[in-house]
Amino acid sequence: MNEASSSLLSVTFATLKKDIRLEWRSKDALNSMLFFSLLVVVIFSFSFDPLAEESRLIVGGLVWVAFLFAAVVALNQTWARELRNQVLDAYRVSPAPANALFLAKVLGNFIFVIVLEALMTPLFVIFYNLHVLGPAWQLIPLALLGTWALVVNGTFFAAMSLRTRNRELMLPLLLFPISIPAVLGMVAGTTAVLTGDNPAHFYIVLLLTYDVVFTTACLGLFETILHAE
Amino acid sequence: MLPCAWNHPLQYTHLSIGVPSKPTNSVSEPATTNIIVRDLVKQFGRFAALRGVTAEFAAGRFHAILGDNGAGKTTLLRALAGLAHPTRGEILIFGKSPQAACREIGYMAHPSLLYDEMSGMENLRYFAGLYGIAGDKRSEGVIRSVGLDPELARPVGQYSQGMRQRMSLARAILHDPKILLLDEPFSNVDVHSAREMVTLLRSMRDAGKTIFAVTHQALLLEGVADEFIWMQAGQIVDRTDSVHGPRLSTAVNTQQAEVL
Repeated sequence: MNEASSSLLSVTFATLKKDIRLEWRSKDALNSMLFFSLLVVVIFSFSFDPLAEESRLIVGGLVWVAFLFAAVVALNQTWARELRNQVLDAYRVSPAPANALFLAKVLGNFIFVIVLEALMTPLFVIFYNLHVLGPAWQLIPLALLGTWALVVNGTFFAAMSLRTRNRELMLPLLLFPISIPAVLGMVAGTTAVLTGDNPAHFYIVLLLTYDVVFTTACLGLFETILHAE
Repeated sequence: MLPCAWNHPLQYTHLSIGVPSKPTNSVSEPATTNIIVRDLVKQFGRFAALRGVTAEFAAGRFHAILGDNGAGKTTLLRALAGLAHPTRGEILIFGKSPQAACREIGYMAHPSLLYDEMSGMENLRYFAGLYGIAGDKRSEGVIRSVGLDPELARPVGQYSQGMRQRMSLARAILHDPKILLLDEPFSNVDVHSAREMVTLLRSMRDAGKTIFAVTHQALLLEGVADEFIWMQAGQIVDRTDSVHGPRLSTAVNTQQAEVL
């Protein structure tokens, strides 16, 4: 492994460790995400009171609405803590690779959202009386690839809107339109697995392709974003 | 736990962080130029913060940058650090751009540039990783050199302003830079701590570091700084070897009277 790769990995790991430590101490993102997702689960279950059959048709959309909006909360937090005391400037004047910061932020957000999904999925199953009719294992790649699609673009656009006055408004405005193909894949794929009507392979491949394309594009552009004034 | 006492000249020497065997700085000694600024213009929209600054700065000297608010001091420092991209002109540090010379530059901003939720040692351990510095020895050394205790577990957010400034300085010198850029290092620091900080900076200058300090407390640096750079409206208007030079404004005098 050459020096650049070793530096990328070590700085990524150090930054990820630091972010997890900061989140563990403040719990800013996790608490907000959990609270928001719980609200969605409870309020929609009261409103619809669906049968098992109906649940399978709507929960794919509900689950991802909850996770998408909850992720936006985490994505805003992730850069907000870098702005306090202008700590980001300390990173910018260091020789550490810009992509290490981006990768660490993406991995951190991915972990936070996956933890949220792991905590909320049993609640969705209970509140919506869910019985999966398709191959349940396919929900795992759908969740992993869908979550990666959300956080990789979200982290990038959150960094892009960092210096704007209304950054919390800017993030969804930038993120949601570009995430439409991924959101379609997540919702349609999840519904396909829940109902067992269609195979979800197409959606898994769609999400995988989306992830590869946007991860590459974000990595290629992040240094410009980081050093922009 | 209280911070350790400040014994900088000794502690700093013990750090052995690339310190030359004898002091390189002396007003009478010729010094090599290591920073060149040519026709530097920095605009924010229609406002020009720097208007064609041209200057050369010698190695191993202590430069105090003075001027009223809005004179362009902080922008000049940020440009030297590579944080503000020039609209026009260029900066050469050891013949390289500030970004390429980042390992030679230590930057201390007015905000602390530290994570409030982590202890000083945790902060420095993280920043050491960014410079590829392995182990805790170096971080512990610089924390001691600024008079703090590396064992202090309290998060930086609970530090006093003076302790935060010291920790911020520790972060700036962590990678043993040849050039230190300090933006108002003595602001909100009590007179005693400020004087101790000056002693530390003097020992660093004597050890061969080039120091730029933006300050409104110019008299603290009288007899310590080798040069006082006077800025006004985005330009360097004078360079003197005494704080009592011809450009000392009433505003600065008044602030010094309050501090000292």
